Amino acid sequence: MSPMLDMSAVRKTYSTGVVQVEALRGVDLSVDQGDYLAIMGPSGSGKSTLMHIIGCLDVPTSGTYLLDDTDVSKMTESQLAEVRNRKIGFVFQQFNLLSSLSALRNVELPLVYAGVPAATRKERALAALDRVGLADRVQHRPGELSGGQQQRVSVARALVTDPALLLADEPTGNLDSHSTEEILGLFAELNEAGRTIVVITHEFEVAEHAKRRVFIRDGLLATTDAVLGGVH
Amino acid sequence: MEWKETIRTAVAALNARRMRSLLTMLGILIGIAAVMLTVGLGQGAQASITSQINSLGSNLLIVSPSQSTSSGGFRGGGSAVSTLTTADAAMLADPTVAPDIAAVAPVSTASGSLQSSSTTWTSTVVGTTPDWLSVRAREVGSGRFFTTGELDASSNVAVIGSETATELFSDGSPVGQTISVNGQSFTVIGVLSEAGSSGMSNEDDTVLVPLTTFAARLSTSGNANSVSSIYLSGRDADTLSAAYQQVKTSLLASHGVTADEADFSVSTQASLVETATSITGILTLLLGGIAGISLLVGGIGVMNIMLVSVSERVREIGLRKALGATPGVIRQQFLVEAGILGILGGLLGIGIGVLGAAILTPIIGITVAISIPATLLAMVVSLGIGLVAGVYPASRAAKLAPIDALRSE
Repeated sequence: MSPMLDMSAVRKTYSTGVVQVEALRGVDLSVDQGDYLAIMGPSGSGKSTLMHIIGCLDVPTSGTYLLDDTDVSKMTESQLAEVRNRKIGFVFQQFNLLSSLSALRNVELPLVYAGVPAATRKERALAALDRVGLADRVQHRPGELSGGQQQRVSVARALVTDPALLLADEPTGNLDSHSTEEILGLFAELNEAGRTIVVITHEFEVAEHAKRRVFIRDGLLATTDAVLGGVH
Repeated sequence: MEWKETIRTAVAALNARRMRSLLTMLGILIGIAAVMLTVGLGQGAQASITSQINSLGSNLLIVSPSQSTSSGGFRGGGSAVSTLTTADAAMLADPTVAPDIAAVAPVSTASGSLQSSSTTWTSTVVGTTPDWLSVRAREVGSGRFFTTGELDASSNVAVIGSETATELFSDGSPVGQTISVNGQSFTVIGVLSEAGSSGMSNEDDTVLVPLTTFAARLSTSGNANSVSSIYLSGRDADTLSAAYQQVKTSLLASHGVTADEADFSVSTQASLVETATSITGILTLLLGGIAGISLLVGGIGVMNIMLVSVSERVREIGLRKALGATPGVIRQQFLVEAGILGILGGLLGIGIGVLGAAILTPIIGITVAISIPATLLAMVVSLGIGLVAGVYPASRAAKLAPIDALRSE
């Protein structure tokens, strides 16, 4: 079986005026179906760039990236939008919920862009909110929910399209320790049920929950054990 | 993405910034209302003038005195001097001179202060001939018009307009009563039917007397034979241009002048309508143009506020893109928002325009004509302005890179 996510020799170069910045310098990464991977690295390591490319928010300068057997490295913006919609569920550090919409409407949003009819949309959004334990909060707006609850709404939003990959970018960065446990517990449950998860973080407490860890530094991936061993 | 969702999202976004949306709509509202009112006023004025001209009579020709440009200095005396005389009228009535003329009515006018037994009134006194009735296509409501015999005898008889009758004789019939016109005593022998035309000059407030009586007793002009203008009716519509030529040619010959030196002008109803239409048309265009500029300013307001909205909602746009909104969907989203601002402003503007027309019409006495096509056009224009104003902000939103948009704090 081919991996869910397969990157080889991915490079990303940004040009800021005259200076060329090589954010990624040849990354090979493979994630199987049902895997739970933590990508760790300090700021400036190329962690965010890697997250953007995994999430199809940006395309590599060179190299290939197969997501669920689809080559996404040469896609146009519109095609990328469709891939993001169907294959990736995002969980952001800042939650990124729309404050004027109820939890239900926020969770429905990806389905709106997928063109799912209203009745099905509501049914699936309610199921996703139920899955994260917020069945009794569906009409609340983000401002009326705690940080942990807001992040659970965004996990529900990420799950509602049944994506190939759940991609979380510092998902616990804005949460207290109790809510962090809640979210990480939820991720573990989801992975248990077969969901593929990639978490980008700089916290070992978060990375420890994953099945596998890779470390990124200066735009290159290092083998997990060596890096962890080196730091510990 | 379904239209229903797009519109729902747009309405929610506009509703979230309610005050700003209302103020933006106000720009469009004022523009649309101003255009509708000025154009409606212009069309109303045009319709009013046209109906007034048409109510003068059918197949009508009007000969008026005019100063020729080449000999104006020599003639002098200003507009008070009429170059037309009763002799001109008599000549035009001759079928061998102007075979396509059916009837001729020379008229002389003066302002008259009227007095009945009970009250006084000021009106226009017109001296004319019995043919006036057929030339002007009017009818006598009660009593009768004066006869050729009375004209020849310079009798002191008068036919009055319906409104004049009401003013002077609020109770009882005027026929047979005596009125005083500028100190001269006249017997009222008839009352005209209502002309039914509305507008600036009142055709129902007038006193008609035989031209000879007018010349002898009421005229302020030095020349007893001069008349203010000559009304003629052609035999029918087909020969009206022939009649026009006959009148012009024979008058030029009898006045001994060339066409360039003509001391009179001949107008037809069509030429009067044409002149009036072109004048009101220019005025409408001018006022409508000024109102149109305010509409343009309203459109710029929409563009401005949409640009502000895009830069305020960079994060939201980024998130929507991350969740699968294509650039096209984002563009459509902002276009619809701008379009809604435009069309709501337009609808409110139409409402204000219709209300304004209803209020203005009785005040100024001219129907402010707001037509269905004009209203539909206003809606299309306001939607169009919203969309055009939305194009640039929407394409800016569509072009935002999702990562830049998500990163912005």
